[in-house]
Amino acid sequence: MLERIEAIRAAASAAIGGAGSTAELEELRVRYLGRKAELTTILRGIAELPTEERGKVGGAANRARKELEALLEQTAERLDAAELEERLLADRVDVTLPGAPPRPVGHAHLIARTTRLIEDVMVGLGYVVAEGPEIEHDYYNFTALNHPPGHPARMLQDTFYVQSHPEVLLRTHTSPMQVRAMETQPPPIFVIVPGKVYRRDSDATHSPMFHQMEGLAIAPGLTLADLQGTLLELCRALFGERREVRLRPHFFPFTEPSVEVDVSCFQCEGTGELPGGGRCNLCKGQGWIEILGAGMVDVNVLGFVEAHGYDPEKVQGFAFGIGIERVAMLRHGVPDLRRFFDNDVRMLEQFS
Amino acid sequence: MKVPYSWLREYCDPGMSPRELADRLVMTGTEVERVTVAGPPAAEGFVVGKVGTAEQHPDADRLRVCTVDTGDGERTIVCGAPNVAAGQTVAVALPGARMPGGEKLRKAKLRGVASEGMILAADELEVGEDHDGILVLDEALAAGTPLAEVIPLAEPVLEIEVTPNRVDCFGVHGVAREVHAITGAPLAVEPWAEDAPAEGEKHVSKLASVEVKVPDLCPRFTARAFTDVKIGPSPLWLQARLAQAGQRPINNVVDITNYVMLLTAQPLHAFDLDKVPGGALTVMTARGGEETMTLDGVERTLDAETVVVCDHDGIAGIAGIMGGGFSEVSDRTTRVLLEVANWNGTNILRTSRQLGLRSEASSRFEKQLHPDLCMRAQAIASRLLVELCGAKLAPGTIDVAAEPPPPRTLRLRAARVEGLLGMRVNHADQTDYLERLGFGVAPAEPDLDVTVPADRYFDVTREVDLIEEVARVHGLDRHLPTTLPAVGDRVGRLSREQRLRRRVEDGLRDLGFDQAVGWSFTDPGEPGRLRIAAEDPRANPVLLANPLSEEHSAMRTVLLGSLLDVAARNLARGAERLAIFEAGAVYLDAAPPVASGAAPFERLAGAFRGERPAPATEPFRIGALAVGALAPASWRGAAEPADFFGLKGVLEALARQLGAALAFEPAQEPFLHPGRAAAVRAGAEPAGWIGEIHPLVCRAWDLEAAVGFEIDAAALLGAALAGEEEFEDVTEFPPVRQDIAVVVPEAVAAAELVALVGGAGGESLREVEVFDVYRGEQLGEDRKSLALRLVFAASDRTLTDEEVAGLREQIVDAVEGIGGTLRG
Repeated sequence: MLERIEAIRAAASAAIGGAGSTAELEELRVRYLGRKAELTTILRGIAELPTEERGKVGGAANRARKELEALLEQTAERLDAAELEERLLADRVDVTLPGAPPRPVGHAHLIARTTRLIEDVMVGLGYVVAEGPEIEHDYYNFTALNHPPGHPARMLQDTFYVQSHPEVLLRTHTSPMQVRAMETQPPPIFVIVPGKVYRRDSDATHSPMFHQMEGLAIAPGLTLADLQGTLLELCRALFGERREVRLRPHFFPFTEPSVEVDVSCFQCEGTGELPGGGRCNLCKGQGWIEILGAGMVDVNVLGFVEAHGYDPEKVQGFAFGIGIERVAMLRHGVPDLRRFFDNDVRMLEQFS
Repeated sequence: MKVPYSWLREYCDPGMSPRELADRLVMTGTEVERVTVAGPPAAEGFVVGKVGTAEQHPDADRLRVCTVDTGDGERTIVCGAPNVAAGQTVAVALPGARMPGGEKLRKAKLRGVASEGMILAADELEVGEDHDGILVLDEALAAGTPLAEVIPLAEPVLEIEVTPNRVDCFGVHGVAREVHAITGAPLAVEPWAEDAPAEGEKHVSKLASVEVKVPDLCPRFTARAFTDVKIGPSPLWLQARLAQAGQRPINNVVDITNYVMLLTAQPLHAFDLDKVPGGALTVMTARGGEETMTLDGVERTLDAETVVVCDHDGIAGIAGIMGGGFSEVSDRTTRVLLEVANWNGTNILRTSRQLGLRSEASSRFEKQLHPDLCMRAQAIASRLLVELCGAKLAPGTIDVAAEPPPPRTLRLRAARVEGLLGMRVNHADQTDYLERLGFGVAPAEPDLDVTVPADRYFDVTREVDLIEEVARVHGLDRHLPTTLPAVGDRVGRLSREQRLRRRVEDGLRDLGFDQAVGWSFTDPGEPGRLRIAAEDPRANPVLLANPLSEEHSAMRTVLLGSLLDVAARNLARGAERLAIFEAGAVYLDAAPPVASGAAPFERLAGAFRGERPAPATEPFRIGALAVGALAPASWRGAAEPADFFGLKGVLEALARQLGAALAFEPAQEPFLHPGRAAAVRAGAEPAGWIGEIHPLVCRAWDLEAAVGFEIDAAALLGAALAGEEEFEDVTEFPPVRQDIAVVVPEAVAAAELVALVGGAGGESLREVEVFDVYRGEQLGEDRKSLALRLVFAASDRTLTDEEVAGLREQIVDAVEGIGGTLRG
């Protein structure tokens, strides 16, 4: 009997060890350890054996069963792992196909992005942000900005008027908020005003609607030199740390002295020439690019808000207006102002 | 203003190239748009020639074969001009000379005859417009004389963009004074220093009279009379000057008036005295409604504010703008009445705009000239009329003048100069700069007393104007320091609303929407295309009085229109799907339709409202539009096109980013699908709409389908709790989740059920969410099953099973109260 058990164990052990698949293994389990298996029958018949044999046979049969069970388990693990690997290898994809797109992320409009950029620079310089109405009183757009009625300076900006109110117009600049801001808050005041403005003009460099950013700073002792320093910081943030600015005297009705501000060309580094030779197309060989208008707030403008604490003998300051589209065009090489309002998604999606 | 360089140098020669001068002018406040060259680019190859013979060309009727002595010998030149004749002294371009425009003149064969050069007409040298005949020069000139000694060739011309405050620079002499100021080069004696001798027989008062009925609109009117005037072409130098300055030479008298205007900035007008009955002129305002023919041959209707110069027969000219046709100087004129007047600039500007008529004269008068300029112009013009037209000046000047403006002296404080500029300019320099600019300067230690000259009278009226003069001549580019304002106690920051608005834009972008910036303008037909009823305030936009086009003549009252425009344009260009948003204002004449207590969005950001309310309401809106799927198709398939729920999910996700609670209820908007539209509330405030766009509206924009929303930023941001949330402990006491399904009548909206359940569950019921909707026969007709996920929690203990069971009982009772049953 003991030999028989040993023979079964040896045969089973060899068979299990050589099993090539989990199915074959299951078959072997049934054959050697199933209910009708010889070893099972032996184990079941132990009780009927003579007493002196029971211990030996029982012990041997149980050991054989445990050994086989352990071997089965071990082999099953090995075969499972191998079969999984095989299945995985069969489950191939073409990794060169495009990935499944996630829900796409949209794009900020260049105007919005540029506006934020300028806002962030100016906030860092201590300014707060104000907005104002786009449909505005003539008073704020012109009169209180030292454009008296009938003054030729009004001709500088061709203005849209509202049909029902001859004294109401679409603001031609963000400057009306200078006056509203000063009416509301006594000096010192440091404020910027982003927003839409309107002029009756349309071509590649003029749009009837565009965006400006006004800056206004009034406090005792502010100077034209402070304006130059402020604009230098702004221009360096927008166009690079190596930029310089220069102020050219100019005329605006609501500033005196008035200046136009040039920034040194960031394409040719202010030389007017491209590295490979030839005239710089961006600054047209000038080395400088006109970027904004500015000046010291005119004493007449302060006169309109003198009752609010703006005595021209005690406080003074500067204002500037920068074209958002102009900055965006320069920074990103957009050739035509009207493209900004075309909203072609193929253009929008170029700017993340 | 075109300034020929040689003309400028007559009064002030800066001793530098035109380009260098232009750079200096630009940096001191005189904008030079460009430096051009009038006439041929170089003077080489242009000489004086003597025509020896002029014979008919053997093979061409209109050509003549000439022999011309050009100093280096005789040469043959074929010429097409009818007036060429033997013995003439002419202008010749030799082969190799560069013609205006740049091309090089070559030897050529004309109908078989070799031609070694070209005999020139005035227009070919750009010294006049005449092309009918060649230029005939003074016969005293020797053959071979460089032509540049006779006529200015290759004349550099500075094109100056004069700012409206500097009317003095609308005259060459004003520019010369500016050059003197900024370079220090000497300024010649004023060209009006010497007047003409009065050799006429009769005093001017015997020949003409002037009455001014509107002295406030005509502060000064001067007139001189000239007899024995011989009308003819101007001498070449004068024609050349005018041509280079952009004026067409006409005849000597008219040319002189233009020349003097270009020199002094003071316009003049010459009448044919014999066509002014009795020589009597009256300055008055028009009656209003009468018509008159101006010099340009156009019939114009005048209003009652228009100032006119009349004679006995009627209107002889529109004051300061344009003369009349009848009394203009002609070939037969022998007596001239020369008007040099001063007008009220505001009135001239008004009339010129009203008539749509702007002239060289009006563009100067509208900027307000000083009355003193009149006699300067009379003096120079008189001399030229005597010299160039053989005229005799009648003794005396008619001068009808109101009280002249009082002299203006301003105190210029040294401390103020430095205090405003942040740059020190010493006393001597200030004095020097101002004197060069024509100001009178007297010391008033430590300051200066400065008297303003007539040329700058209306421009320089305050101390600060003088500071600007000092600053710009001193040179901002050379001397201005670069400093930053002291920080003091100011703090720059964005307001909460401004930060939240950025978050809205970023949120929509992160949800897959591209940002658009649409036109504020639309056409008045847009509300109609959106099916908005006429009585709706949104159908009554703010209209522009002077739009550029009908398409841009109204201000938008909704964002939807411009979003649809953007969508239609992009789809026409081949886009297959589209998700866009805009954050911007709409414009309403009256209070916004969502006015029930909602404060209009603070465009006037808090502290900066100003004293006068804005003339219109400008609610700031967030609008979005999706066409097609929210995600692009790929090789794995295409997503469903976005529908109501697709976009509602976007809006809810956006609201969650802001911590704002939105509520939706069925609603009607004319431009939305009536069954798939909702009104949106943010907290208690009406905030806008969301829905599928009505198919008829889609059709109007050539779209198949679209879904959108438009939310008032004020309401949305008002409901936002972002940044204000308070901590709640959710770790210590874990919540209990339960799912229930209830069957309710179809008419019960999901939101109603959620609200009901929420109320019944009390404050321990933290969340109620619909996670399934089922309809089926076994539920019965007109009934639906909604599966709800309930989350119970308390902040101070873990809820017991009994507590939750009790709450659940309450919920079931409430559901049964509205005819619902618990399912399963």
